[in-house]
Amino acid sequence: MSQFAINIMFVGGSFLLYIAIAIWAKAGSTSDFYVAGGGVHPITNGAAIGADWMSAASFISMAGLIAAGGYANSTFLMGWTGGYVLLAMLLAPYLRKFGKFTVPEFIGDRFYSKNARLVAVICLIVASVTYVIGQMAGAGVAFSRFLEVDSTVGLMIAAVVVFIYAVMGGMKGITYTQVAQYCVLIIAYTIPAVFISLQLTGNPLPPLGLFSTHVDSGMPILDKLNQVITDLGFNEYTADIDNKLNMVLFTLSLMIGTAGLPHVIIRFFTVPKVADARWSAGWALVFIALLYLTAPAVASMARLNLMTTIYPDGTAAEPIQYDERPNWIKEWEVTGLIQFTDKNEDGRIQLYNDSEAFAPTAEARGWNGNELVVNRDILVLANPEIANLPGWVIGLIAAGGLAAALSTAAGLLLAISSAVSHDLIKGSINPAITEKGELLAARISMAVAIVVATWLGANPPGFAAQVVALAFGIAAASLFPALMMGIFSKRVNNKGAIAGMLTGLAFTLAYIFVYKGWLFIPGTNNLADTPENWVLGISPLSIGAVGAIVNFAVAFIVSNATEEPPVEIQELVESVRYPRGAGQAQDH
Amino acid sequence: MSAGHSYDAEAYWKANLRLIFGSLIVWALVSYGFAILLRPMLAGIPIGGTDLGFWFAQQGSILTFIALIFHYAWRMNKIDEKFGVHEE
Repeated sequence: MSQFAINIMFVGGSFLLYIAIAIWAKAGSTSDFYVAGGGVHPITNGAAIGADWMSAASFISMAGLIAAGGYANSTFLMGWTGGYVLLAMLLAPYLRKFGKFTVPEFIGDRFYSKNARLVAVICLIVASVTYVIGQMAGAGVAFSRFLEVDSTVGLMIAAVVVFIYAVMGGMKGITYTQVAQYCVLIIAYTIPAVFISLQLTGNPLPPLGLFSTHVDSGMPILDKLNQVITDLGFNEYTADIDNKLNMVLFTLSLMIGTAGLPHVIIRFFTVPKVADARWSAGWALVFIALLYLTAPAVASMARLNLMTTIYPDGTAAEPIQYDERPNWIKEWEVTGLIQFTDKNEDGRIQLYNDSEAFAPTAEARGWNGNELVVNRDILVLANPEIANLPGWVIGLIAAGGLAAALSTAAGLLLAISSAVSHDLIKGSINPAITEKGELLAARISMAVAIVVATWLGANPPGFAAQVVALAFGIAAASLFPALMMGIFSKRVNNKGAIAGMLTGLAFTLAYIFVYKGWLFIPGTNNLADTPENWVLGISPLSIGAVGAIVNFAVAFIVSNATEEPPVEIQELVESVRYPRGAGQAQDH
Repeated sequence: MSAGHSYDAEAYWKANLRLIFGSLIVWALVSYGFAILLRPMLAGIPIGGTDLGFWFAQQGSILTFIALIFHYAWRMNKIDEKFGVHEE
């Protein structure tokens, strides 16, 4: 059977599984699955949150970025897990007690203002659309490879599939479908990693393999990797970095963004009890950690495998002939995501770092520039092929990657459409809108969001995980401070919250757009996105943390200069702090 | 529904804030501390080809986060009961 047929079988099979579970769940008259007392255990809910949470960024893109950046990109690992600590302690239990179902609704009620709700809707839409751009970029990569088409065609196919999936309801709201998606996703991610860890280190557990001995060389695998890549002019994989300020802010931005993203928060609105909201956050992180502890092993091992594929006789010898390149390079070349140019016309693939420091070595070896450009987003998907794993493992990773991208993209589109139709139109513009009209508005906003995201996803402002990181920065700077102050301060009033959200959002967006292009339109940036141009060395990916600090500061100053919130609002804040009396959760 | 302004309610909230504060110190210490800012100080402790700071950046902090959340949930549920604000 051809690899193409195997891929189709695995992707098709996994989708049939989700649909079957959805139908079975409905038939069991359990449409109100995660309603209070319905008995969705926090462990089950945790797995569902894990599936919602882990998107193309975590699954497809993240390990590729860690592979390229080494230690410096550990930020993704800490940032996207550490946020759950904030969620569990600062937001989830209280929002559950509050008992409303969308983030703008809480902000509107707590800050007793329609305008506050409106501003929250805008923040939510900007963050979510940015997030979808990243998902589309990732899903496009996956589709182009498995359908063996150009990456632009892959992106178009992804757009159509995501739209259909989202209109069908994304099969969301059915906890067991998400649990199934989680299982597919985690199996697909870990099985290749176990094989590769066994091959390279003899240890079947990838997180332990990462710190074990490389079987072929007898050195620790990280030492071996450092040696191979520094021979080719790259920085050491494990090297410490100088710009610690940026690393701290980037990690912080991802953490508070995690706690501010609406599609994660709403999962906690629907657990039976306040105590369960706390446990759910813990279990969610356990399930997420299974992937996040595997990812750094995948990153380093895939990078080493890639290098030994190109330099089979060691870095001192010549690299492989282009004509003898392995099959996976040929297949990825079809998508345009791997590109080869024989700059020194010797018929071999020279892969190295084109830096000034390495130039003398390269010249001495008769090299005329790096000849192989590998898109970082393909690393996880190509990983099993690079390691020569059997065809079914490659099919499995296709299914896993698409499960990750589609479930999250659909969830975000639903969040966007409900914000537009429910919070924006019904909540303020036209309260008299019919249910039919609301549904139509939801569909239209979904279609608009996906067209915009696809168009921008063709030339994304970074690799999938980087685009998603921008979305986290935006959420961190706008929504998280308002939510947290809404619970932990009785003094912050409507004017303070609105001013805080607006300045946080505007500040962060402006900084991002200056480097990434206005509205992410390619070519409209004012400054090149390079470290020399960044203010104080702070990258656009990290600015969300600064935006959040601006938001907090503005909100406190404005609130203290204006009147106290009304007594009933102070009582509302008081009541969300105590679990007793939490009403029944309702289906979202 | 307000839980009232009794002395107990205030003590409950203070207990919660104390627990959060303690947890966040550990949270910041393992990630921003050990994994980033204090990494040079941990450079002398080798772990499989690299140092302890690298381990905290790629694994240690994640494991600590899990422990923190479960510890918080367990302690907080006890505190809920102690102050009688838990749900029946």
